[in-house]
Amino acid sequence: MAEPVTLRPDSEAPARSLALGDADKSLLRFLTCGSVDDGKSTLIGRLLLDSKRLFEDQIATLEKDSKKFGTVGDDMDLALLVDGLEAEREQGITIDVAYRFFATEKRKFIVADTPGHEQYTRNMATGASTADLAVLLIDARKGILSQTRRHATIASLLGIRHVVLAINKIDLVGYDRAVFDAIVAAFDADAGHYGFATRVAIPISARYGDNVSLHSEHMPWYRGPTLIEHLENVELSSGAAATKPLRFPVQWVNRPDLTFRGYAGTLAAGTVRPGDDVVVARSGQPARIERIVTLDGDLNQASAEDAVTLTLDREIDLSRGDILVPPGARPDVSDQFAAHVIWMAEEPMLPGRPYLMKIGTRTVGAAVTELKHRVEMDTLKPLAAKTLSLNDIGFANFSLAEPIAFDPYDDVRTTGAFILIDRFTNQTVAAGMIRFGLRRATNIHRQALTIDKAARSGAKSQKPAILWFTGLSGAGKSTIANLVEQKLHLAGRHTYLLDGDNVRHGLNRDLGFTDADRVENIRRVAETAKLFVDAGLIVLASFISPFRSERQLARDLVEEGEFVEIFVDTPLAVAEARDPKGLYRKAREGKIVNFTGIDSPYEAPEKAELRLEAGSASAEDLADRVIDYLSANGFIPR
Amino acid sequence: MTSHLKPHLRRLEAEAIFIMREVAANFANPVMLYSIGKDSSVMLHLAMKAFYPAKPPFSLLHIDTTWKFREMIAFRDETVRRLGLNLLVHTNPEGKAAGINPFDHGSSNYTQVMKTEALKQALDAGGYDAAFGGARRDEEKSRAKERVFSFRTASHGWDPKNQRPELWSLYNTRIGAGETIRVFPLSNWTELDIWEYILAEQIPIVPLYLSAERPVVERGGQLIMADDERMRLLPGETPVKRRVRFRTLGCYPLTAAVESDAETIEDIVEEMLLATTSERQGRLIDHDESGSMEKKKREGYF
Repeated sequence: MAEPVTLRPDSEAPARSLALGDADKSLLRFLTCGSVDDGKSTLIGRLLLDSKRLFEDQIATLEKDSKKFGTVGDDMDLALLVDGLEAEREQGITIDVAYRFFATEKRKFIVADTPGHEQYTRNMATGASTADLAVLLIDARKGILSQTRRHATIASLLGIRHVVLAINKIDLVGYDRAVFDAIVAAFDADAGHYGFATRVAIPISARYGDNVSLHSEHMPWYRGPTLIEHLENVELSSGAAATKPLRFPVQWVNRPDLTFRGYAGTLAAGTVRPGDDVVVARSGQPARIERIVTLDGDLNQASAEDAVTLTLDREIDLSRGDILVPPGARPDVSDQFAAHVIWMAEEPMLPGRPYLMKIGTRTVGAAVTELKHRVEMDTLKPLAAKTLSLNDIGFANFSLAEPIAFDPYDDVRTTGAFILIDRFTNQTVAAGMIRFGLRRATNIHRQALTIDKAARSGAKSQKPAILWFTGLSGAGKSTIANLVEQKLHLAGRHTYLLDGDNVRHGLNRDLGFTDADRVENIRRVAETAKLFVDAGLIVLASFISPFRSERQLARDLVEEGEFVEIFVDTPLAVAEARDPKGLYRKAREGKIVNFTGIDSPYEAPEKAELRLEAGSASAEDLADRVIDYLSANGFIPR
Repeated sequence: MTSHLKPHLRRLEAEAIFIMREVAANFANPVMLYSIGKDSSVMLHLAMKAFYPAKPPFSLLHIDTTWKFREMIAFRDETVRRLGLNLLVHTNPEGKAAGINPFDHGSSNYTQVMKTEALKQALDAGGYDAAFGGARRDEEKSRAKERVFSFRTASHGWDPKNQRPELWSLYNTRIGAGETIRVFPLSNWTELDIWEYILAEQIPIVPLYLSAERPVVERGGQLIMADDERMRLLPGETPVKRRVRFRTLGCYPLTAAVESDAETIEDIVEEMLLATTSERQGRLIDHDESGSMEKKKREGYF
């Protein structure tokens, strides 16, 4: 058993004073990236070890673990210091981004250790989003791989200005300068695409420590800095954000009582002082800064990255998601922009599908209107694409549910970066960087019309609605919808029926059955149905509409209470046995692909207004249930 | 004014305040886990700053195993009185009735019942959708991969492979019914940052962190303080007074003291700079086996 721990300083220990010389120590955040087995974890273990960040008990655990899991014989396996989760130890890989902390005399460092294999690229983007510098690890034996190019591209897209090529395992190529030079030349051939401000190449051996913190005696031909020396001295652009125009996204409205109303937030850019004139970016409402409130007393100035609470000289309409800016340096305000997007979900990105976008402190509905291209990682060329899959990077036009204020990402990160969230799973599915606003909608103003929806529907003695019939092919949607329309018509109601098959002969004849085309099909139908609702009609829409997201899109287009989702719930076996159009047979024979229920999913509604169990009653009875619902809920007179 | 802070501490402070405000703005019913230790003290201090002049818009929750140091409980009650905050205290009633204790039931059983299960009970009872914790990424390997906003299933499970990517400061706060988020505003702080911040901001801490003569027994290479008469002494053991302090605080029979002369925060910071062991070394429950923190976290430990 070990001795009890004593923290009394050993009189022999080097006397380090409390000041430690770190009074103004700056913070450098960097990430390491590379392919599997390039030695990222080993390098970080080496940095921790060399910076004396390891404690005795951690070294003891490492020695124990090295015997159990180690991959380097009897030596301490430094990678085990950072491969924290049991699953990855067993597999010998890093499966998630980890953050590590160490310090030298000059700087504090936060390292994001990001995994190399392709399926975890989203983690590299995560690490890169907060990093000032990227260390790209390259195995000297393998040279530049497509992974290296992918990582350089991600680092570049996320606005990282400084990159280090750490050419590792140089010991395994005999410390050969020619190998090193060839790798650097190969990287520089692509470097024009990346636009890094600095690129420093260092030959290292993470395992043995050559050129990590100590100059290597094996490579007299290398006269540059060690990795640590470079990390300590690279100039940071932090502080640059403070020189830009003010961007103050309101995060939380602070109202402890009737006498105080403050706007809490963190400055995304610029500086602010009491007396400054500001405007709300979206509405243009002016106000003047009164106080900068903190627990430690009022400030006479706050700058980028400071978390403060502002009060204004007047009451204006201002809430979370709004941005305060100078009147003379306003951001773009638009509901459309072009952005790079990194897709991070198993589910592919589909143009037209509604997502939630979180940008700054604002969350807004958003969809891709046009995917301009996908970036081919091996060649860095733009390629035409209809969708994006996990780890794809694309360039796309976005359309938002309402105008927002934003800046290009390269100008101000916080007001130019966004994530996309799936509306149903709540997963973060993408990250994006705004490049420029699109102004084509700016000059098209809505015409205000005198006769409105209420006037039109009132004349017809009905409340307009969309009756959205969803279900498998052959479920009985069209049969029931047709009966419902007959009954409404007989009762003198004004209706229109949009049928999936019929619409595809006209309005949507250019669309096929891929997921992307299905989304666009439903979007057009929903917009059309909305126009008819505006005309005061009861619209019956009969579409398989297999995805929850698009049914939600249709629901969101009309007012609360105008959308009636009717789930025609017929078991697949029953629908397939009916097979009125012989489609299931063809799908089973492989003659039709992407057929819902066979090789394409159907996402059943979770909160449909009506669920019709089509196996259990006649179509006539089911149609009567719809009529009963409409009269019970005031759509038609009783 | 906060300009007396070193640049990196200012950055960490602003980040933590941003995270807390994000929770207040997005969740209906947040709560702050308050464990009385140094990290909780810093977290609470930051919460007072984040919402000033308002009080933090959430209660504090303390999971009381009944085996905390007496000085911790006194400090806890004094702190909430001084700051005028609402404190909820929960003890697992079944565990208490069954007399679960760290001597008879082993540290891992005891922790499971009196900490992990008790925490789940309290979170369920309060219907909290977000809970702040003071964990730091530099504490332990599986913590290094933890998100700032850590997603938990309706049964409080943590699946390390199913966490959301966190880019920039864009935290995805959306959850489904019954699901919760645990939030760690101190993720990017190191132990040294905590002490430097306590020193700079003059944050009150439990006196146990400072060296004093205390009655301890040496057991299995660790110094255990006999805090009250419930301490079970093995044959031949007699508590002796030694100058000790604690680097972390938990249940007294499971928290080892270290010999130290550090009587002020300045002394502690200086000692930290020379330290050769990690702080979790004094946490007896971590040493059961390698990877044990990950196991506890999967089961819902904070």
